[in-house]
Amino acid sequence: MVLAVVLVILAVGSVIFHIWSPWWSTEIASNWGSIDNAINITFWITGVAYVVIILFMAYCIYKYRYRADRRADYEPENNKLEWWLTWITAAGVVGLLTPGLLAWNDFVTVPKDALQYEVVGKQWEWNFRLPGKDGKLGTSKVSLITDDNPFGINPKDPNGQDDVLIEGDDLHLPLGVPIKMNLRSLDVLHDFYVPQFRAKMDLVPGMITFFWLTPTRTGSFDILCAELCGVGHHAMRSTVVVDDKTAFNKWLQKQETFATLYPKSAADKKQVAGTSAGPSEVKTVFSTSVTNSSKTIR
Amino acid sequence: MSNGVIEDSQVIPAAEVEEVELYHAKSFITKWVFCQDAKVIAIQYSVTAIAIGLVGLVLSWLMRLQLGFPDVFSFIDAESYYQYVTMHGMIMVVYLLTALFLGGFGNYLIPLMVGARDMVFPYMNMLSYWIYLLATLILAASFFVPGGPTGAGWTLYPPQSISEGTPGINGGIILMLVSLAFFIIGFTMGGLNYVVTVLQARTRGMTLMRMPLTVWGIFVATILALLAFPALFVAAIMTLFDKLLGTSFFMPEMLVQGELGPHENGSPLLFQHLFWFFGHPEVYIVALPAFGVVSDIISTHARKNIFGYRMMVWAIVAIGGLSFIVWAHHMYVSGMNPYFGFFFATTTLIIAVPTALKLYNWVLTLYKGNIHLTIPMLFCVAFILTFLNGGITGLFLGNVVVDIPLSDTMFVVAHFHMVMGIAPVLVIFAAIYHWFPLMSGRFLNEFWGQVHFWVTFLGTYLIYFPMHYLGFVGVPRRYFEIGETSFIPESAVVLNEFITIMVLIVGVAQIIFIINIIMSIFNGKLAGKNPWNSTTLEWQAETTPPGHGNFGKELPICYRWAYEYSPPGVKADFVPQNLAPDKIK
Repeated sequence: MVLAVVLVILAVGSVIFHIWSPWWSTEIASNWGSIDNAINITFWITGVAYVVIILFMAYCIYKYRYRADRRADYEPENNKLEWWLTWITAAGVVGLLTPGLLAWNDFVTVPKDALQYEVVGKQWEWNFRLPGKDGKLGTSKVSLITDDNPFGINPKDPNGQDDVLIEGDDLHLPLGVPIKMNLRSLDVLHDFYVPQFRAKMDLVPGMITFFWLTPTRTGSFDILCAELCGVGHHAMRSTVVVDDKTAFNKWLQKQETFATLYPKSAADKKQVAGTSAGPSEVKTVFSTSVTNSSKTIR
Repeated sequence: MSNGVIEDSQVIPAAEVEEVELYHAKSFITKWVFCQDAKVIAIQYSVTAIAIGLVGLVLSWLMRLQLGFPDVFSFIDAESYYQYVTMHGMIMVVYLLTALFLGGFGNYLIPLMVGARDMVFPYMNMLSYWIYLLATLILAASFFVPGGPTGAGWTLYPPQSISEGTPGINGGIILMLVSLAFFIIGFTMGGLNYVVTVLQARTRGMTLMRMPLTVWGIFVATILALLAFPALFVAAIMTLFDKLLGTSFFMPEMLVQGELGPHENGSPLLFQHLFWFFGHPEVYIVALPAFGVVSDIISTHARKNIFGYRMMVWAIVAIGGLSFIVWAHHMYVSGMNPYFGFFFATTTLIIAVPTALKLYNWVLTLYKGNIHLTIPMLFCVAFILTFLNGGITGLFLGNVVVDIPLSDTMFVVAHFHMVMGIAPVLVIFAAIYHWFPLMSGRFLNEFWGQVHFWVTFLGTYLIYFPMHYLGFVGVPRRYFEIGETSFIPESAVVLNEFITIMVLIVGVAQIIFIINIIMSIFNGKLAGKNPWNSTTLEWQAETTPPGHGNFGKELPICYRWAYEYSPPGVKADFVPQNLAPDKIK
């Protein structure tokens, strides 16, 4: 009896907690509403199953509690019931999987016009690299890293010369533009995590990983590391600021490029191809930044 | 047919079966220390596992003290915090749960339940325990080496696990990897034993489809372990090579303390694939024995046959098979090729179907039963609820896109503690309350059992249910301190304090449980033979506890399945598996 009542309280209490608790997802700031949507569908399907099963179990425990004059039923199998349960469960799984995989298809399909940004993680700080006027990031290698080239950018790659470097400062993103975040670690595993963006991905040394997003809300958000990376893991923080176009370009104008920040390393180039023009989409976004870049490129 | 009596065994005469040659112990040492009796080995395994498990429990208190009350305990710094996290995880998953379910319950129950004299290779069985003990001691020794135990997280991901910036990269990680290698060697000896015993040493009439689900669960789990642990073994050895010999299996070109390190071209992702190729089956290595045990206990205490026995067996086999093709659902945010997500999300959610069917069948076993709410039964009900909760949150994390925001948050911590921490531990408690009378001839104290049950059941729910919501907020896991953020509300601090207080209360209940066991060994209420009126063979042995060789002169003959409870036309509400048909009243 007590147990049956407790089970009912737990089932009902969990639902009440879910509805009234002050702890819920942050307000989303990216295009990944489809993820929140999939979470909500999952909550509905599994929530109904959770409550129904617990209440049925509570009913059984109350109704069929031990009595000396009662004898349990003898029913080894019931094929019909077992098949029904199988198909209902399978239908529930399809209901979960369909919106999930559709959203995942979007997640893995990076728009062709996405801006190429780079996140560089190392114990225990975040640095960032933007592609500059040409829209392309220069190649990089850990073994090229020196005090004069902290990002390990290949000076022979012309695409790298105009790359905008942000060291130990906030990352800014333009509102409403799809951005591919290329993730690169210089030492151990890290994970670029902004709760409001919903998306996250590990940084793996030796390879470049990625995810993409379109910021949908201006504001300033915490960047955290979500993959254990040593004793400073919890302190590996930074900030990402989503700006409207004007504010973003204003910020971008103030940033410096590889060539200006580290002229010594950047000049270590045997061949310099003429900097190619970036994709036109980028130009429209960086309409004011183009002048800035041309100033810094020389 | 799984149910009822099979015709051919009705005609098997109850012939006298000579006791096979067994090495009977002649001295105290061979009886209680270097013993070859599976039942003694089982108790050795259990005591060792629970002892190291208590270390894991204390580590969880320290961890929670830091999370609930940061800056209060000056002896906990970031380094020691990550060491607690790592050692707690590894101890609980491998050295407690795996060892207790397979080494403990497997050893005690397999020979008895299938009607065998002992494991088929008793000497190797003994070695298995002593190597396990050695592995445990090596692990414990890492607390005392300079630099302390490794703080790499229980997943031990390189490069971090063997690179500067992580605690315990000199002594701790080496001892951890060596200890794991020994554990796996010891386990393999035991595991081969369990599998061969189930396949070769079943008594007459004990067909596979008459075996209790406990044996099925442990049997399939052992097969999984024999196939999965080698992946961890090679991963451990290769990491040791990278650390000690300068190879680059897992170590890429990278900075070490700002300088270019010595390695190049290794793949950190390769380690993760090896680790989770072991790590996911590991979840079922713990869960399947729990599934089996809980089936038997529910059936016995509800006085009703397990519902859908054949479905239960095939579900165990299906889950075991599928568990080998879902591993990368632990790696959705690892940076592996994102197209893998489609495959692994699908396989992971498919595995939910047989798992859900098992859960339905437990509840349907209660339906129209005659339920004794004994302590073992209470823990089984708690298991069903806890496992349901943890299984459901698994549907969130398995569905690749839903995993992305929740991965590496407290949601994951809450999920896996519910599904493979608390749920199997509740089954362990059910099993100990259920089989303690067989092992000792006495019951555990009922009152303290009730206290233990209610505090553990409600306490763990109150710890982990709200913790999921911290994950939705976005609180990351493995954080020494969360510090200042713009998105975590003040109220989350209060919740963290609440969780820590609950952890300490639940911890005290476990101490009560241990004291209850020790006290009851000496002055628990006498249980007599087969106190739960169970059908399975372990309760039908001549003596309680069963002696060396289990069944005296004559091995039992199995006439029916293990769930003949309340059959129509029989006066008693149970018919033991070995009761000859002509003796049924």
